[in-house]
Amino acid sequence: MAVTVKIPTQLRATTGGQADLTAEGATVGEVLDSVFAEYGDLKDRITEDGELRRFVNVYVGGEDIRFGDGLGTPVSDGAEVTILPAVAGG
Amino acid sequence: MAVKNLKCKECSTEYELGASFFCSECFGPLEVVYDYSDLNPEETRRRIQAGTRGIWRYADFLPFEGKAGDPLEPGMTPLIKADRLAERLGTGAEIYIKNDAANPTHSFKDRVVAVAIAKAKELGFETVACASTGNLANAVAAHAAAAGLDSYVFVPANLEEQKLLATDIYGTNLVGVKGNYDDVNRLCTQLADEKPWAFVNVNLRPYYAEGSKTLAYETVEQLGWNLPDRVVAPIASGSLFTKISRGFQEWQEIGLVEGGQPVFHGAQAEGCSPVATAFSEGTRVCRPQKPDTIAKSLAIGDPADGPYAVAQANETGGSIDAVDDDRIREGIRLLAETTGIFTETAGGVTVGVLKKLAERGELKDGEKVVVYITGEGLKTLDANRDSFALTEIDPNPESFESKFGQEVVA
Repeated sequence: MAVTVKIPTQLRATTGGQADLTAEGATVGEVLDSVFAEYGDLKDRITEDGELRRFVNVYVGGEDIRFGDGLGTPVSDGAEVTILPAVAGG
Repeated sequence: MAVKNLKCKECSTEYELGASFFCSECFGPLEVVYDYSDLNPEETRRRIQAGTRGIWRYADFLPFEGKAGDPLEPGMTPLIKADRLAERLGTGAEIYIKNDAANPTHSFKDRVVAVAIAKAKELGFETVACASTGNLANAVAAHAAAAGLDSYVFVPANLEEQKLLATDIYGTNLVGVKGNYDDVNRLCTQLADEKPWAFVNVNLRPYYAEGSKTLAYETVEQLGWNLPDRVVAPIASGSLFTKISRGFQEWQEIGLVEGGQPVFHGAQAEGCSPVATAFSEGTRVCRPQKPDTIAKSLAIGDPADGPYAVAQANETGGSIDAVDDDRIREGIRLLAETTGIFTETAGGVTVGVLKKLAERGELKDGEKVVVYITGEGLKTLDANRDSFALTEIDPNPESFESKFGQEVVA
């Protein structure tokens, strides 16, 4: 299943400048692993000990994955996975 | 000029003073760093007292490389000793109300926005924007109009009508997003990445947040250059709560005021209480919530500074409590009846928590307790609509007598 992963500007140095990546996987964790296999530096930036860093938010179709099953949240074919910094607002 | 650079609160990586808000190493929030080593306390105090009437008197502690100012200068709002409120609460503590509804657009957001928009101009931006629960929308639209900048204001589409009307009037681009505040915030974080705009609470957030320190500075001045013993303040993102603390701390470090850090009590609405929940569970991790409360200005389900707010309550021996919608309405009425100050729902939350603290016996005799009232009651009129009473009479003394049972004085 192909999904799109959206990368914020500050992380594009780790993806060869690409804003949108195409990846495979049935869950957010699988999708990210498939991206990390190609772009190892991205993994170091957004994860720590296999978990997302505290100030990294990930959304599937605009919904925060913490309202789903975290990295186990299912993604359907054609879904959009967005990575964003969590420290905005208020 | 004491401002130095930006620094990650988590991993201490340093950055230049630009429009950036998170650490590219660890995603942690960036904060403004100052060098106060040249500040002489006596000279600084004289400079403050000789300064403008509002927040720009604290220019030494604000993040500007040049001289900053704005035409709608907020600040120096009244600090009122609320003896009748203390009496109603049955406490021997001295209660002070810091009434920040007395700002140009009637909320504390004028402070943070004045700083952010002055910084946007210093950085050369021509368009400003924000993700808002309402008060920020009013402030950004007004200050952008005053500064002659274009503005885009993003709000949840279901916001209180008063807050929508009081934003649009300034000639902004008012965008109602079909979703809650956290959806608006996510959208603005995405747009801030693409547009050459200054989003005051996204890419300018480190500067914006500094504006809240002025609430602490004013409190110290208004208490005769003394610190309060205890403060009660609302928590939405947690930024106001942590920056009031930072303000007190800076002035102690420089030697402008003696004493120790006040005890900090945070206030949330039960219908959106990720920070109060984390505090009560003994963790700093704030699990996000879907807000459902009349206190829309505090309805942030995913608070950026939540972990820091929890730490601060713990470190000062304070607490973070939540109150339900009935207690919020009761808080609004209690403050109005005892002080003559009509606050919005966020103020009802804060007074509701103050009452809870009094009931728990946490307010001690003789100590100075400062309660931060951050917004105006006229912006959330619907909250108290059900308790509104109007007695109609015919235009003659007998009709008045029959309803109110008093004697007519001939």
